Amino acid sequence: MAELTMVGAVTMALARAMEDDPRVVLLGEDVGADGGVFRATDGLLARFGRDRVLDTPLAELLISGVCVGLAAQGFRPVGEIQFMGFLYPAFDQLVNHASRLRNRSRGRLSCPMVLRAPMGAGIHAPEHHSESTEAMLAHIPGLRTVIPSSPRRAYGLLLAAIRDPDPVVFLEPSRLYRALREEVADDGQALPLDTCFRLREGRDVTLVAWGAMVKEALAAADDLAAEGVLAEVIDVATLAPLDMDTILASVAKTGRCVIIHEAPLTGGFGAEIAARLAGQGLMSLMAPVERVTAPDVVVPLARLEGHYIPSRTHIEEAARRAVGYA
Amino acid sequence: MPDVATNLQRVHPDRSHPERTVVARFEICYRRYLDADGNTADGLPPLARDADRLRALYRAMTLTRLFDKRAVAMQRIGQIGTYASSLGQEAVPVGVAAAMAQNDVLLPTYRDQGAMLWRGVTPAQLLLSWGGDERGNQHWGPAEDFPPAIPIASQAPHAVGVATAIKLRGEHRAAVCMLGDGATSKGDFYEALNLAGVWSLPVLFVVTNNQWAISLPRASQSAAETLAQKAIAGGVPAEQVDGNDVLAVHQAATEALERARSGLGASLIEALTYRLSDHTTADDASRYRSTEEVSAHWPAEPLTRLRAYLGRLGWWSKADEEALLKDCERIVEEGRAAYLAMPADHPTAMFDHLFATLPRSLAVQRRRFEENGHG
Repeated sequence: MAELTMVGAVTMALARAMEDDPRVVLLGEDVGADGGVFRATDGLLARFGRDRVLDTPLAELLISGVCVGLAAQGFRPVGEIQFMGFLYPAFDQLVNHASRLRNRSRGRLSCPMVLRAPMGAGIHAPEHHSESTEAMLAHIPGLRTVIPSSPRRAYGLLLAAIRDPDPVVFLEPSRLYRALREEVADDGQALPLDTCFRLREGRDVTLVAWGAMVKEALAAADDLAAEGVLAEVIDVATLAPLDMDTILASVAKTGRCVIIHEAPLTGGFGAEIAARLAGQGLMSLMAPVERVTAPDVVVPLARLEGHYIPSRTHIEEAARRAVGYA
Repeated sequence: MPDVATNLQRVHPDRSHPERTVVARFEICYRRYLDADGNTADGLPPLARDADRLRALYRAMTLTRLFDKRAVAMQRIGQIGTYASSLGQEAVPVGVAAAMAQNDVLLPTYRDQGAMLWRGVTPAQLLLSWGGDERGNQHWGPAEDFPPAIPIASQAPHAVGVATAIKLRGEHRAAVCMLGDGATSKGDFYEALNLAGVWSLPVLFVVTNNQWAISLPRASQSAAETLAQKAIAGGVPAEQVDGNDVLAVHQAATEALERARSGLGASLIEALTYRLSDHTTADDASRYRSTEEVSAHWPAEPLTRLRAYLGRLGWWSKADEEALLKDCERIVEEGRAAYLAMPADHPTAMFDHLFATLPRSLAVQRRRFEENGHG
């Protein structure tokens, strides 16, 4: 079994999907000979040829719209947007077409496409390369929003996304692309698209995170354990549709919840989870729900981004507040 | 506002300078066979000699016009919602659709009723859509055709996606993307054209230039002499046709589709016509254009000239006309009755077509929706 980085696992999932299903085609900017700006499609042009790996002109609206057309024709297009900051021209297609083609045609046409984009700060990239605007996507009915947090989950979730009969936006935390390696079996096994992952069992507090913040949450849980605080860690992974059951079950056990995301506070996806906890899990809660997020500011450039991303220390402080709440 | 002529003079190469050479030239041709009086130009296409086919086109244009009139009337008494009439521009959608094969894929705008009717969409289905019921987009004759795109030009990238699928499969068919003049101001249009050119895709773009993007006249939309020439920038051959001459529309589309199906790539047709109606039933065009202007365009409308041509050849009589009107009225009335007889969908339908399988969390919302008496 290969030890892979997350970006390696993405490549392996793409190759597996293309091997298994001739309808899967990749398209995007520099995805061919260059293998993508993060090398996620490295080697795939050579392996699958020019009819399966399509280098497009530099036009994100176009890439997403071509995916809609290909998908309606029965292909399984996987589009790549180079950075989440360049995803916004594609919103017109995601909101107005991809997410509603099945509904507006009452099932006559459908849109089994995946749009991949790296997300998040922490790689010292130029402006517009560090966005975390997943809440905007999770707000769109008819669209699935998926964010992996490890090589194995990237492999299984991406396979699931490509096989899913409906549109999926697949956001890959660029900070995690090469941050860790783990053994990933190329077994073609997809992971469920509507289930949170409980990564660590605990008793005293539930840490809810996704994407790159899962790593910080797990690190915080290690530190907290040394203090005798047993934190349960949940990777939401599939933001929309949201599996609230797993989160509610955990909070029913711990009575305390810290929600962590890299995106700004206001209107962040943590607000949705907090509201649902208040609505469906209030009797379980023994402390106010804590949110550890970036402030409501534009993500700063490289020299300050370390101050922007919530740290394990922030998470631990919030967890202690929750646990210590009388 | 910049002076267009001055701008062009400034950037045009001065031929007296030897260091400058012309590296690209283009021209746009205008095609017309039938003038407003039904007189013919030389070089008539085969369709001009095919009485049965021409009568079928005339019938389709007449049906479109009568459907339109009824739909506007139905909106006025609250039987459907806002409606976009295609009065005066019927020759474009009908001419294009008649040039298509059934397995070509149509990506229409909301003003292409003529094309949709030709391809097998029923008046009842069109009324369902305009009456606020998604089922109007459901059961179509041509199953691969897209429902009309409401956001302007957003179907252009879909069309090149469809054409990419066709090309990847090596099929001999094409995608047909209908657009309005307003759409040529949008980025989606350019991005799609550009890809169609560079990938040599089997797609035909038809720009129905009816001179008005709601209240914005053609002159205020672009300084380009023609909208057709915008395709040249993407390496896509383009021509202008008289959009009120169904022979010209049909022949240009036929030639473009033959090129597309035989692997020679994309084309664009700019069909010059005029929107004789308001933009929609929610619009009042008298706020931005004069009745004199509209009246001046009536003599060029497409049905009269085709009827004149048919009559001159003895292929159409007063009795034919009366029978056709009666028949179209009957078809439209049957469509109206079928639409009105169809009750609204069950409210839970808004959940049931969002995903192939309803996700668990949405199933919970659906159940609550029903329990709360919404269902």
